Amino acid sequence: MSAQTPEVRSTEQLREKWMKPEVITGSEILLRSLLLEGVECVFGYPGGAVLYIYDAMYGFEDFNHVLTRHEQGAIHAADGYARASGKVGVCIATSGPGATNLVTGIATAYMDSVPLVVITGNVATTLIGTDAFQEADITGITMPITKHSYLVRNVEDLPRIIHEAFHIASTGRKGPVLIDIPKDVSAATTLFKPEDTVHLRGYNPRTVPNRLQLDKLARAIEDAERPMILAGGGVIYSGAHEGLLEFVNKTGIPITTTLLGLGGFPTGHELWTGMPGMHGTYTSNQAIQQSDLLISIGARFDDRVTGKLNGFAPNAKIAHIDIDPAEIGKNVPTDIPIVGDVKTVLEMLNPLVGYAGKADAWRDQIGKWKAEYPYRYVDSDTVLKPQWVIEMLNETTKGEAIVTTDVGQHQMWAAQYYKFNQPRSWITSGGLGTMGFGFPSAIGAQMAHPDRLVISINGDGGMQMCSQELAICAINNIPVKIVVINNQVLGMVRQWQELIYDNRYSHIDLAGSPDFVKLAEAYGVKGLRATTKDEAHRAWAEAMETPGPVLVEFVVEKGENVYPMVPQGSTIDQMLMGDA
Amino acid sequence: MSTKHTIAVLVNDQPGVLQRVSGLFGRRGFNIESITVGQSEEQGLSRMVIVTTGDDTTLEQIEKQLYKLIDVIKVINLSSKPMVARELALIKVKAEPSARPEIMGVVETFRASVVDIGTTNLMVQVVGDTVKIDAMIELLKPYGIQELSRTGVTAMIRGNA
Repeated sequence: MSAQTPEVRSTEQLREKWMKPEVITGSEILLRSLLLEGVECVFGYPGGAVLYIYDAMYGFEDFNHVLTRHEQGAIHAADGYARASGKVGVCIATSGPGATNLVTGIATAYMDSVPLVVITGNVATTLIGTDAFQEADITGITMPITKHSYLVRNVEDLPRIIHEAFHIASTGRKGPVLIDIPKDVSAATTLFKPEDTVHLRGYNPRTVPNRLQLDKLARAIEDAERPMILAGGGVIYSGAHEGLLEFVNKTGIPITTTLLGLGGFPTGHELWTGMPGMHGTYTSNQAIQQSDLLISIGARFDDRVTGKLNGFAPNAKIAHIDIDPAEIGKNVPTDIPIVGDVKTVLEMLNPLVGYAGKADAWRDQIGKWKAEYPYRYVDSDTVLKPQWVIEMLNETTKGEAIVTTDVGQHQMWAAQYYKFNQPRSWITSGGLGTMGFGFPSAIGAQMAHPDRLVISINGDGGMQMCSQELAICAINNIPVKIVVINNQVLGMVRQWQELIYDNRYSHIDLAGSPDFVKLAEAYGVKGLRATTKDEAHRAWAEAMETPGPVLVEFVVEKGENVYPMVPQGSTIDQMLMGDA
Repeated sequence: MSTKHTIAVLVNDQPGVLQRVSGLFGRRGFNIESITVGQSEEQGLSRMVIVTTGDDTTLEQIEKQLYKLIDVIKVINLSSKPMVARELALIKVKAEPSARPEIMGVVETFRASVVDIGTTNLMVQVVGDTVKIDAMIELLKPYGIQELSRTGVTAMIRGNA
């Protein structure tokens, strides 16, 4: 890791250092408050409206700021940091274009419930509303995609606002909180006293569930003949993976994990059926459709999971465990609503439940489906198959790496063929489906876990949406292993155009993309290329042996499709299985 | 089944709070028939009264989504209980001196009042529930309504409910 990383001091040490009330600027308050919240690193990009803030960073040795090459890189890195660490990710950008460049990243975090505190500068309060240079109403723009937002009008409010922002971002259903700081507020001075209490009358997330509903679920499990668990990102976000394993082992109920739930349950477990939904396994989708009790744990019935809603799990009693009451009944009518933190819920539920004794035939059926319908593809000796590449990465790293992905076919193949066994090892933009997320999020994940192997799997499309961040990998020696699965095409769009738009391939050809090896080298990152299995083994081995960042390009079959596939508008048991 | 609902929302009196609430309705596809905002009994809090239409599932979602806003303190479904709902309308109606006695008759029957008299028109103020105001407008239409302004509904639950 970076030699420039300053020595991390404990928040207690820092608090002691700053206990004596002192008159300081808003900028200084911001930096001290961030450190007191336990922030280890901040990703950002300076500009006019945040000059006071960046001036306060000058020579501030406790404050670790990573200069990205684009604000979008900064916020995706903060997001990757948050997902990998479970802590709040922080990024800083200037007003106007700096702030608007964060919008995609804020929406990405919002859709996937990732805790971020996003700091933007704004023009001085006297200029707000005058269409001043680099002015944008970023609190207004981001209102639909933030959990909450603040426009700071008085420097006296800043310590309270920062403390509230961290509290809101990291509790309940987590999410991004934006703090917009006008330039004059960052320059103004006030007496600073660290804030450590929160008074938010309108914010009381319920973490402890209703006991009656738990009893109801326990009885339903007893009676169920075809019970099924659908577990999502909430399991990982609440740290409930151990409780979930205990729940499954106790009840013997088969389990499918959503895209964001991967890593929340060991993939080698005999009751695990893989991912559900559009590119999920045959077993998961059939099991959901035929179940008589579907227990959703920290998942939100996203349309990519449910397919056609009218006809989803038609015979199932639905139990829904979620921290967000608004998710219950939003998409799917619920019989047993359980509002609470997943970890707390499972801790209370596990002593109440027993083995689902009427489900033996069902478990046999699940086992048969699993054996009969695994993920499959037709391998080749002449061209590299993308699925083979992911399997190779999985085997050589024993499923122990942190894997981030971009969005598209490679993302689905990574979800299908990499076998995750630990939470917070799989980082992907599920809800928003943000291309350009894969690589910068890996930088954040590596900052959170300097000693773990971090692999960023990208397509040739998404890699070009944030490739400028190769610079910060090289400069800070952030040892991410960057994989580019290059099929010279926007593969997922190509797949839909082939299957649904009658082979009318419109604007998907990425021929003429840069030479990725040379691109990496231009930034001072080692670049390798493989077009055969032998080369792939050799290149990957070299990448693993090389300290520091490496980019490995795997040139793969262009026309490969992701299967199984549920065409949009179909129920999830109507699957195209492909040729394999 | 889609029905009309009146909900009261107690919110922090903060800049942008109306935008947060109305924006939520807009992006989630909830309908706003009317919205009124003003001071509440407690300093620092405003009370919004929103009239919306939708089925029970939509109403449930509206309540839950509103509660997700940090500035929302309390959401009360007024129309689930006995309530008093009132709005005020100002109606400028064409009124040559010869037509005035007849119009005054209508106004008195409705216990409305004339709050301004011009050379060729009258301004009528009427307070009541939405049905009453709709009826008043219907009755004044034949005389020629020149301008109409309604406040939207504000409401409260009766008694100690």
